[in-house]
Amino acid sequence: MTATTTGSGGAELSAPPEQVTFTIDGIETSVPKGTLVIRAAEELGITIPRFCDHPLLAPAGACRQCLVEVAAPDRSGQVRPMPKPQASCTLEATPGMVVSTQRTSEVADKAQHGVMELLLMNHPLDCPVCDKGGECPLQNQAMSNGRSTSRFVDVKRTFPKPIAVSTQVLLDRERCVLCQRCTRFSQEIAGDAFIDLQMRGAHQQIGRFDEDVLDFAAPAAPAGAAGDPGDAPVGAALLDESGRTFASYFSGNTVQICPVGALTSAAYRFRARPFDLVSSPSVGEHDSCGSAIRVDHRRGVVMRRLAGDDPLVNEEWITDKDRFAFAWQSAPDRLTTPLVRDRVVAPDGTTTRGELRPASWVEALELAAEGLTAARAAGGVAVLPGGRLTVEDAYAYAKLARVVLGTNDVDHRARTHSDEEAAFLAHTVAGSGIGVTFTDLEKAPAVLLVGLEAEEEAGVTFLRLRKGAERHGVRVFSVAPYATRGLQRMHGTLLPAAPGTEAEWLDGIAGSGTLDTPDVVDEATEALSRPGAVVLVGERLAGVPGGYSAVLRLAGRTGARVAWVPRRAGERGGVEVGTLPGLLPGGRPVADAAARVDVAAAWGVGTLPAEPGRSTSEILDALSVGQLAGVVVGGVEPADLPDPAHALRALSAAFVVSLEVRASAVTELADVVLPVAPPTERAGSYWSWEGRVRAFDRVLDSSAMADHRVLDALAEACGTPLGLATPDAVREELGAFGPWDGARTDAPDVAAVEPPRVDPGHAVLASWRLLLDAGRGQDGERFLAGTAKRPVVRMSAATAAGVGVEPGAPVRVATERGAVTLPVVVTDMVDHVVWLPMRSPGSAVLDVLGVEPGAVVQVTAADGTADPYGTTEGGA
Amino acid sequence: MSTPLTPVLSDTWDAERSWTLDAYRARGGYDALRDALSRDPADLVQLVKDSGLRGRGGAGFPTGMKWGFLPPPDGGPRYLVVNADESEPGTCKDIPLMLASPHLLLEGVAITSFAIGCHHAFVYVRGEVLHVYRRLLRAVEEAYEAGLLGKDVLGTGYDLDVTVHAGAGAYICGEETALLDSLEGRRGQPRLKPPFPAVAGLYARPTVVNNVESVASVPAIVARGADWFTAMGTERSAGHGLFSLSGHVVRPGQYEAPLGVTLRELLDLAGGVRPGHELKFWTPGGSSTPIFTAEHLDVPLDYESVGAAGSMLGTRALQIFDETTCVVRAVTRWTEFYAHESCGKCTPCREGTYWLQQVLRRIEGGEGTEADLDLLLDLCDNILGRAFCALGDGATSPVTSSVQLFRDEYEAHITGGGCPFDHSRSALFEYTPRAPKALTGAGVHR
Repeated sequence: MTATTTGSGGAELSAPPEQVTFTIDGIETSVPKGTLVIRAAEELGITIPRFCDHPLLAPAGACRQCLVEVAAPDRSGQVRPMPKPQASCTLEATPGMVVSTQRTSEVADKAQHGVMELLLMNHPLDCPVCDKGGECPLQNQAMSNGRSTSRFVDVKRTFPKPIAVSTQVLLDRERCVLCQRCTRFSQEIAGDAFIDLQMRGAHQQIGRFDEDVLDFAAPAAPAGAAGDPGDAPVGAALLDESGRTFASYFSGNTVQICPVGALTSAAYRFRARPFDLVSSPSVGEHDSCGSAIRVDHRRGVVMRRLAGDDPLVNEEWITDKDRFAFAWQSAPDRLTTPLVRDRVVAPDGTTTRGELRPASWVEALELAAEGLTAARAAGGVAVLPGGRLTVEDAYAYAKLARVVLGTNDVDHRARTHSDEEAAFLAHTVAGSGIGVTFTDLEKAPAVLLVGLEAEEEAGVTFLRLRKGAERHGVRVFSVAPYATRGLQRMHGTLLPAAPGTEAEWLDGIAGSGTLDTPDVVDEATEALSRPGAVVLVGERLAGVPGGYSAVLRLAGRTGARVAWVPRRAGERGGVEVGTLPGLLPGGRPVADAAARVDVAAAWGVGTLPAEPGRSTSEILDALSVGQLAGVVVGGVEPADLPDPAHALRALSAAFVVSLEVRASAVTELADVVLPVAPPTERAGSYWSWEGRVRAFDRVLDSSAMADHRVLDALAEACGTPLGLATPDAVREELGAFGPWDGARTDAPDVAAVEPPRVDPGHAVLASWRLLLDAGRGQDGERFLAGTAKRPVVRMSAATAAGVGVEPGAPVRVATERGAVTLPVVVTDMVDHVVWLPMRSPGSAVLDVLGVEPGAVVQVTAADGTADPYGTTEGGA
Repeated sequence: MSTPLTPVLSDTWDAERSWTLDAYRARGGYDALRDALSRDPADLVQLVKDSGLRGRGGAGFPTGMKWGFLPPPDGGPRYLVVNADESEPGTCKDIPLMLASPHLLLEGVAITSFAIGCHHAFVYVRGEVLHVYRRLLRAVEEAYEAGLLGKDVLGTGYDLDVTVHAGAGAYICGEETALLDSLEGRRGQPRLKPPFPAVAGLYARPTVVNNVESVASVPAIVARGADWFTAMGTERSAGHGLFSLSGHVVRPGQYEAPLGVTLRELLDLAGGVRPGHELKFWTPGGSSTPIFTAEHLDVPLDYESVGAAGSMLGTRALQIFDETTCVVRAVTRWTEFYAHESCGKCTPCREGTYWLQQVLRRIEGGEGTEADLDLLLDLCDNILGRAFCALGDGATSPVTSSVQLFRDEYEAHITGGGCPFDHSRSALFEYTPRAPKALTGAGVHR
C-alpha cells in the first residue's frame, strides 16, 4: 500500500496551522485544521480500508470503502449523529467531531463489508496469475475487512483482457475497481492524461481515447495531425484523450498506485510473486534528483524497481527511466574479470596492440601500475572519471590523481563544458551544502529555467515544478528555443532564445537589455525579484559563452537563488569532492596554497600538485598529441564527449586504464580493463542537485568491486596506498574535511559572444538529450524504449519555408562531418534555429555532426521519403 | 363539490397556442418581471423566503434560503442554472410545463436572475425531448426580440443572457453537481461537496441550481405576494404544485393543487382507477420514493406527511398501479433503469444496482430463492446511505418498500417457478408478452 502517515508532503514554512481536537474510536486527537479524518486516523495507528484515497491526490470519495460513523456538534453544541456513514477520505475533521471506525462501530463495519462485497462481486478470481497478488490492497483488505464468502452467484461483468496503453503499460479492465487513482495521477501530477472514465454504470471503465465510444461524427484525425509527432513515442501506443498518441515519462507511477492489478507493466508482468521478492531501498542513478527508489530482487536478479517514499525529494513518484531502466546493470556485456592487452613486438621493433585477454587481478593491477608509472614519466597521466560516479568513487579518483599520479588533470565532465563553468561551479556550487530544495521550488513565486529542460533532464524536478505551478501558482519561465510540452504543462512562459543568445535574455531581466519583447521581460523581472525566486541552471549552459556569468549577474540584481541541476547523478558529487581540475575536496581551490596545505595534511602527503589541471577537452587534446601519455578512465562514453571521434583518437594514442561495468568504446581501446560494480552491487551515495547526500546500500550480493575499492588496489600496486578500500573508510576520510573557510574562487565574468552569422540554407543548432534515448543506461529494456519520443527535427515555419521543407518531410541537417536526416516538425520557435535530439536513435548529434549546440549547420530538404524514423502515421 | 385545483403554473395551458409570447402576454405574462425589476433584489429574495417555496425538484429545500446562500457579490459572474433534466420514471411535470408555457419559465428565470445578481442563466433541458428543446429555443428567441432578455431588459438597464443547453441522455445529470459538470462540457458525474454550488458551482462561480417548477412558481409569488402563496398548502409545505397522475387511472395528466391534497381527492378528479379495477400500489413521488398502497390514499401529499408515512413527496409523480400489475415486474423494470443510469462513480450504486437487477430478474423468472429476498434487503441496506449521491439511495426505495409490502408476491414467484400474473391484463394497449431478459449480465462490451 502506498499510504503515508503525513498529512501533506513538504515542510510547513508558514505559521503552525490552527489545531482541531476531536475523537476517533474514543481517542482524543489534535490535528491541523483541514486534515482528513482518514489521515488523522493513520496518525493514531488506525487503518481505515481504502482504495481511491491517496495522500498525494485530491480526494475523490468514489470507492466508498472508508466509510465511518460520524457525529458532530450542531449549532447549539450538542453532538448529533450524521444520518449516513461518511467517507473518511473526503471528510475534514472539525472540532468536537466524534468518529467511530470499523473498530468501534457496527454501522461502519457493515458498511465496509458491504462495499467490499460489491467491489469483489465483479472482480475476476485471477489472483493466482495476477502481478498484484500478494501485495494487493484489494486482496489484503478483503481479508481484513471483507466477508469470507460472497453471496454473488450471478453473471460477472467481463472485458477483453488487457489493452496495451503503451508498449510498457497494460490495462486489464476486469480487475479495475474504478478508484480513478491513475486518471487523477495523470491529470493532477504528470499532466499527461491518457486514459479516462468512459461509459456508465457497470459498463463504466477506464478506457482509451476511442471515437467509437465517444460517438464522434468523424474519426479522429491521425496522430500526425492532432498531436505533435515529436512528442509521440517510438513504439505503438494508443491515442490519449486529446487525440494525441499517448506518451508519458511517468506512466509507471500509475502501475504502482493502482490498488489492484488493473495496470501492469510489460516488463514485470508475470515475472515474479511479491512474496518471493526482497526489497531494498536505494537511490535512482539516472539523474541528479536523488529519487528514493525501492529495488525488488529475487534470488540475485532484480525484477523491478518502484518509487520510494521521500516527501522531501521525490514524494512517491519517479520517472519511468528510474523505474524501468535497470537491465543495463546485468547486461550480457557485463565485465566479470580484468582484461589486459598484450603488445605484439614485430621483428622490426614496432609494437602493435593485440587483443584483450582475461587476466587475474594481480596481473592486471601490476600491468596497470607499470603502464601508468611509465606514462607518468613519459609526460603524465590524466583522469577522466565520468559524471555517473558515487561520491565515494569520485573521491577516490580525485585522490588518486593528486596523490598517486601527481596531477590536477582530472575532470568528470564528459559533456559540453567550459572554464567559465568550472569557475561558476567553484564559486557558486562547491561546498554550498543544501541550497534550493524541492520544497522551495514548490513554494517559490517564480522559477527561471536556463539551459535546462526539466522534464527531459531532471524528471521529478519537473513534477515538483508542475505541482508548484498547479497548486501554488509558481510562475515558470524558460529560456529556450521553443516551448516544449513540458513547459506548457507547467503553464510556463517561454523566453525565446536562439542557442548562444541566452545571456542576452538573462541580462535583459531586471537589467538594461535591448530585447524587443519588453512585456515578457517585465513579467520575468517582477516575478524573479520576489523573495524566494529561483534560477535553475542546467549543465548545457556551459556551451553558451557568458551564460553562467549572466546568471550570476541576474541573481545579484534580483536576489533570486541559483541552483545547478546537472543531468547525471555523479556531477554534483564530483564538484564536491574534487574531480575538477581546479577543485580539491570541499570546494577548496587548487590555486589556493592554504587549501592545498589543508588537503595535503588530511591525506598525509607532503605537497599536492599546484599547477591547475587540464579540462576534459584539454586532456583529450594533450593525449592526442602525446603531451600526456596515459589516462585512467571511469564510466565515460566517448559518444557523450563534445567530439567523439577526436576522443577515440586521443584514447588510442595513450596508455588507457579503464574501470567499467560493461564493455564499452573505451574498453575497446584500453590497455587494462578493470571491472567495477554497478550501483545495485555496491554501497555508495549520490550528491543530488539539491545538495543532499543520498546514501544507499548494496542490494545484491556480489564479488564485483566498487571503483574506489579498485582504485585503492591500483594505488597499492603503484606503491602509494590510498586507504579507501571500504565505503566506511571513504566516508570517514571525507567527513574529516571541514568546510572550506578560505576565499572562494572569483565569479566568472565572461563576455557573451556575438551570435554567428546564419547564411541562407543554414541554421543554428539547438539540441538536448531526451529522457529516453540511445543512452546505454536504458539498454535491454525494449518496452521502455517503445515509450521514448520519436526523433524529429524542429524548425519554425519561416525557417522550414526558407529551406523549402514541407511539414513532415525529411530534412537533412549536415556539417562537413556528416548528416542526420529526420522528418521535420514545424514548431512555434525561434527562426534560423534547428532542433534535434542529441543522442536518440538516428540522431547522434555529437557523433555524426561533430559539432555542439550553438554551431551553425547546413539544412536542406532531403530527397524522397527514405527515412527510417519518426513517421507521422497514426498511433493506434 | 368545489374543486381543490389551483391552476397557477398550468393556468395558461388552455390558451390558443399557449407557448407563444403573445398568448402568454395576453394573460398578463411578464408583468411580474416588470414589477420585479423595479424592486430591490434583496427584497425579492426575502419575498421568496417568506413565501416558503420549497424546491420542486424532489428534495424540497427552501428556495429562498438557497438563493440566500450565495456569498456577497465580488464583481465576478454568478449563475442561475435551471434543472430541466426531468428523467425520473413517472415524473412528467416540467416537460409539459415547458411545452405549454415556456415563457412562464423564462419569466421566472429573469426574476430569479435579477434577484440573485446573475447576468447569464442556463436551462439544462433533457436532450431526448427535442420538441421541448425547440420550443424553449423559440421562446428565448421571442423574448430576446421583445426586449425581455438580452441587453437592457425592459429598459431597466439590467442585462440577462439565457442559454438553453440540451443534455445527452444521462439520468445522473439531473443531480445538480453532475449537471454542472455536464454543462461545463465534462463527464457528468456528481461532484464532491463541499464546496456547494452556491459557493463554487458552474465554472467554480457562485451558482443557484433550481428546478423548472420552482423557478416557474416565482412570477406568481411576485405578482400576488407571499401571503397568497402561503394561504395554499400546509404550514411547512406552502403553495401549489403539479401532481402528475399516470398509469391505471381514467384521466391521467397534470393536476395542479395545493400541497397537502390527497391521492383520494386527486383520483376523484382523474376519474378514479380504471373501471373494474382497484388500486394496488402507487408511488407518491416517482420511482425513487418508497411505494404506497391503498392504505395511504388519505395521506396528505406534503413533505412532512408523506415523510411521516414512510416515503417522500419527491416530484409528485403519482404512478397508479391496479391489481393486475406484478409488483416484482414493476420493481425489476425500475431497477433496470437505475442499473442502466448509474453513473458508475461510486461502488455501492454501480455494483449494487448491477447485482439487484440480476437477482430481481432471477426472481421474476422463477429462479429465485427465499434467501434472495433477504439478500435484496441487505443489498439495499449496503447501498442506501453509502452511495456518493442520492441516485443510489433512490434505487433502493422501490425494492425495499415492495419486499416489505408484497413479500408474499415475491415468494409466489419463487415457489411458483415464475410470474403468476397475466401481463396483458395490466396493459393499456395491445400487448404481446415477452420473455424475461436472458441472464446475460453486462459482459458484452461493445
